[in-house]
Parts: sequence; structure tokens; C-alpha cells
Amino acid sequence: MSLLEVEDLRLTFGGVRALDGLSFTVGHGEIVSLIGPNGAGKTSAFNCVTGFYRPDSGTVRFDAVDVTGRSPAAIAQLGVSRTFQNPRLFGELSVLDNVRAGTHLWLRQRMVDVLLHTPRYHRTEQRVTDEAHMWLDFVGLRGDRAGLVRHLPYGEQRRVEIARALARRPRLLFLDEPAAGLNHGERTELVDLIRRISAQGTALALIEHDMGLVMEISQRVVVLDFGRRIADGPPAQVRSTPRVIEAYLGRDTDDSELAAARGVIRGD
Amino acid sequence: MSNPLRPPRGPHGAPAPDSRDHTGTPHGAPPPPRPDSATPVEPSGARRPTPAARLLESRHIGWAALTAALALPLVIATPYALNVMTGAALFVMLAVGLNIVVGYCGLLDLGYAAFFAVGAYTSGILAIELDIPLLATVPAVLVVTVVAGLVIGAPTLRLRSDYLAIVTLGFGEIIRITATNLEITGGPSGIYGIPGLWGDGPTDPALFYYITVGVVALAVLFAARLGRSRLGRAWRFVREDEDAAAAMGIRPHRVKLAAYVAGAVWGGLAGVLFGAQLSAVSPASFTFLWSALVLMAVVLGGMGSTPGVVAGAIAISLAPELLRQVQDYRFFVFGVLLIVVMVLRPQGLWPQRTRESARTAARSSARPTGTPASVAREESA
Repeated sequence: MSLLEVEDLRLTFGGVRALDGLSFTVGHGEIVSLIGPNGAGKTSAFNCVTGFYRPDSGTVRFDAVDVTGRSPAAIAQLGVSRTFQNPRLFGELSVLDNVRAGTHLWLRQRMVDVLLHTPRYHRTEQRVTDEAHMWLDFVGLRGDRAGLVRHLPYGEQRRVEIARALARRPRLLFLDEPAAGLNHGERTELVDLIRRISAQGTALALIEHDMGLVMEISQRVVVLDFGRRIADGPPAQVRSTPRVIEAYLGRDTDDSELAAARGVIRGD
Repeated sequence: MSNPLRPPRGPHGAPAPDSRDHTGTPHGAPPPPRPDSATPVEPSGARRPTPAARLLESRHIGWAALTAALALPLVIATPYALNVMTGAALFVMLAVGLNIVVGYCGLLDLGYAAFFAVGAYTSGILAIELDIPLLATVPAVLVVTVVAGLVIGAPTLRLRSDYLAIVTLGFGEIIRITATNLEITGGPSGIYGIPGLWGDGPTDPALFYYITVGVVALAVLFAARLGRSRLGRAWRFVREDEDAAAAMGIRPHRVKLAAYVAGAVWGGLAGVLFGAQLSAVSPASFTFLWSALVLMAVVLGGMGSTPGVVAGAIAISLAPELLRQVQDYRFFVFGVLLIVVMVLRPQGLWPQRTRESARTAARSSARPTGTPASVAREESA
């Protein structure tokens, strides 16, 4: 049984069908990419699965538990973590504090210890700080950890967001366009980081437009168009599927365009 | 040159899952001194705190303020001065309580005087009706303010910012108007003859001042400590971005409710002291102006900053007394001063410190024993 099972999700905004019977799965420890043209419903799918949107119908099961329509916090409690398309960090807080947010679910503190600053309070705080440092090391943050997160450059902010999501110690991590806005060097580091996250047993689902990156790291690729799954399989298989090429370039493409499209999807 | 991002490799070129960090420390071996040049804690561009800033951030400032407050009656101990000083101390407690709601959690509450009223009335009525000392009513006051916080907060805290402000404003007025119209609260004239803290008439003003300072000092300390806990961080996360906080498993509504209830308790306990000081309470004491003044103290001092809010509260409560020379114009002058401060220093006079201390910014020598991989396994086990 897969870790995440999404079945027949439907979601409409007014008259627009964002998701139209979408189904896909993410297995334990698997790296799955969701790709598709703009407006295909990738982020809507993420938001439904992580509880930010309530689907009109369909089911989302995480580890065999039906979580459809549960709140984002409730779903996070089961072991799901995510980043956002545009990093949503706590801008007026320090970098360390941002990562400490990830420890909220497993940290226990008693009110008595907090008010009296008992040794136990200091131990828990030290533990949280150490964890935050550990995850910042893990994502390879360069820059000032003690200062405000909004003072960091964009690429580093994305790292902080991933560190925060990892500090929750998720079993399934959603990354929404992790490579967007990264330069070449940062992109290479991201590939490496995703591999290391996967190596610790965390399943990953990502939305990404960078086809080279998708083909390089994904074990499976799910292609969306008009809120539906049009292809699902290993990268090599998906990129030669005619419907995928059609979705990216439209119908009535001649052979030379088709060849160019294959190049795009292959990530050449 | 080692790339700090490259993980240590396992035997087959796969990332070694049990490596704790990218320095390649073998599991179990003591961590070597870390060559941290690649990930500096303090970049060259970081501003160093000036001596003045360091003084303002030091822990000693709290002790200095407490000593000053305790020594003040030795300098000036007229009944009028003691009365003003006790009032200022109570105002500090209110401001620190509202700071939990507004400063830490970012909830704009325009009806904070309601909890002040609930505390004052609850303790006053119980003490008179049951003929018990005011101190004995404190447990009941705690229960009633928590319930009031839950009842008012649970439905309203689902609203965002400006809607919340209007609804809390409404609740503040509802409490005041209810107190004006109920028989048990003495109607418009309120209740009087509230016994002292120990029941035997009003407490000596100097002693009462010292008791108030003691209680307020604890209130300030506890509020600040709550702000530095797991819950306090959750308040700030929700203030900064509710959705991102929810994605980390924080339940925004519950966390906001906790802030609101904590604020209610602080306000209610200040109300008990207020009743004891005046030995009478009436609805006129809990007008919107009170809520606005407390909020002003929080904003003027610096939202979320404990020393700032304490200083702001002292400034706001003493300003009308110090501006007595200008008589009829004092609220006008007061208003102009506030506008000037807000224009020149919108973050408040003494803003919240946002940098981590050197101690937390540095990695501790005792690193977490788990590895990213092992903690993840531990969690899923």
C-alpha cells in the first residue's frame, strides 16, 4: 500500500475545474514529480492533499488514513510537511526561529517549567536550538542564522524553508517548485539535497518546471493536464508519451516542433 | 576545498544515511572543531550591537527597574504619588497582558478593558457577597476570566485582523453596558465597599504599592517567559503567517485562543488589584478609552517587546499627570506627542529584539545525538 493515495479528486473554483478526477500515489520513500503546463492543477493538488483546499469530492489517504478535508495542522500532525511556491517564511523572525517552527509538533514543554525556567526548560530549548542548527547544516545554509530571515538572499530563504519542513521530521515532504529562481550552482546543490532527504527514508513529492531536474531525480513522474492525470511512470517512459508532448505544445504540431518539444521535456 | 553541501558518501556512492552532518564526522566519534568558514554564523556584514543597545537588552535592566520601583516610595511617599505610582504599576500589568495578545500573537484587541472589568467585578462582588477577603477570590477570578476569554475568543478569533478588532470592540462595550444594567453589579454607580486584600478595610497605601509592584513584576516576568517558550514561538509564527504555521502542525485557532485567554487572565488579575486599590468599581472605569490607552502603551513601547511595553505603559499612565501644567490641553498635547513618536519611530520606542543571542546563535558543543536519518526513523517508529 502506498504512503499517499489520492483518488478522483475534484475541485472547482467558480466555473473553472482545477482538478477533474485526479488520482495519483506516492510510495514509501519514493520521489515523485508532478509536472504539467501552467494551470494544470499541480498546486491545487498539493493544496488539497495538505489540507489547504477542501476538494469537492474524492479522497486523500495518508498511510491508509482518510485525511480528506482535514485541516492543514491535522495533516501535518500525521507526518506531512510542505514548502510553498513562493517561500512563506516568518519574515520578522530569526532564521533559527523559523526552523524551530518545525519542532513544534514533537517538542513538549510544561507550563511550570516555562514559567520557572527549570533545568528541564533549558534542556528542551537547547535541544530545539541544536535541532535547528542541525537542519540548517543539513540544507547547507550560508548566511546569518541569528538575524532576520528576510535579510537572507532568495536562494538561502528557500533552503530555510526546506530546513523548517525537515525539522518536522516528515514521512512525506511536498516541495512546490523548489528550483524556481535558483541559479545553476544552487540548482546542483538542490539535486544533491533532495537525494540526501530521500536517503534518510523520507518520501518526496515535488512540483517542478525544470524538466532536466525532474528527469534527473524522479523515480516516477505524474503528468497533469486540465486537472487530470495524463501520464504516470518512470521519467524515460513519460517523456516519450505523445499525450505529454501534446499537452505541452498543443495539437497539430508538425514533426520538427514535436522533435523540439521532446527536447524540452527531456530537459536538453 | 571541500564543498559544504556535498554529503559524505557511503561505500556505494550513495549518501551515507548515518552521517550527522556534512563534515563527515564518523558516527559516535566526538565532533571535531568545526571549520565553519563555509557557513558563518556571523557574516562580515552583521551589525554589532552598540554598547547602548547591549545595555537596553541586558537582563539587568529588569532588576534595575524593579529596584527603582521599590525605592521610589523612599523618595516620594505622598498619598497622591503612591496612588499614581500604583496606578502606573497596574497599567504595566494590563499592557503586558495585552502585549501577549497584540504583540506576540498579532491579534488586534480593542476591548481589552472587558477582562479588566470582569476581574474587578468578579472579585468585588464575591468578596462583598460572601464576606471573604479579596485575596480569596483570586481562584474564582482565574476561572471566570479564563471562561470569559474562551467564550469571547472562541467565536471571534476565527476572524482576521480588522474584523477581529471590530468584534472585540463590540464585546468590550457589551461587558461595560451589561455591568451598567445588571443589579448585581450595582448599575451605573457600580459596587463600593470592597474589602482590602486581607478583608480588613483598605490596605495601607505604601504596603499596597509594594504588593502591587511584586505582583506586577511577576506578571511581567511570566509574560516574557511565556513569550520565549514553545507556545510563545507558536504565537509569533501565527502572527507572521497563519498558513505556514498550520503547515508545521500548529493549530492557529487554538494558539490564538491561548494568547487571548492568557491576556484575559493578566487583565482579570489586574482588575482584582484595581478593585482593592479603589475599594469601588463602576462601569465608568472600563470605557473604550481604557482599552485604547492600553493598546497605545503597547504600540508606543514596541509590540512584542517586554521592556518596551513596560516603558510605554509607564509613559502613558504618567503623561497626563506630568502634563497637568497645560491643563485643558493635556490630552491634545498627549495626542500630538503620540503622533510624533509614531511618525518618527513606527516600530515603537523600544522595539522587540529580533536577533538571536550569541549563545543560541552558536552551535552548542553537545550536538543532538540523533542524525537526521535516525530521528526520522525514531519518529515514524
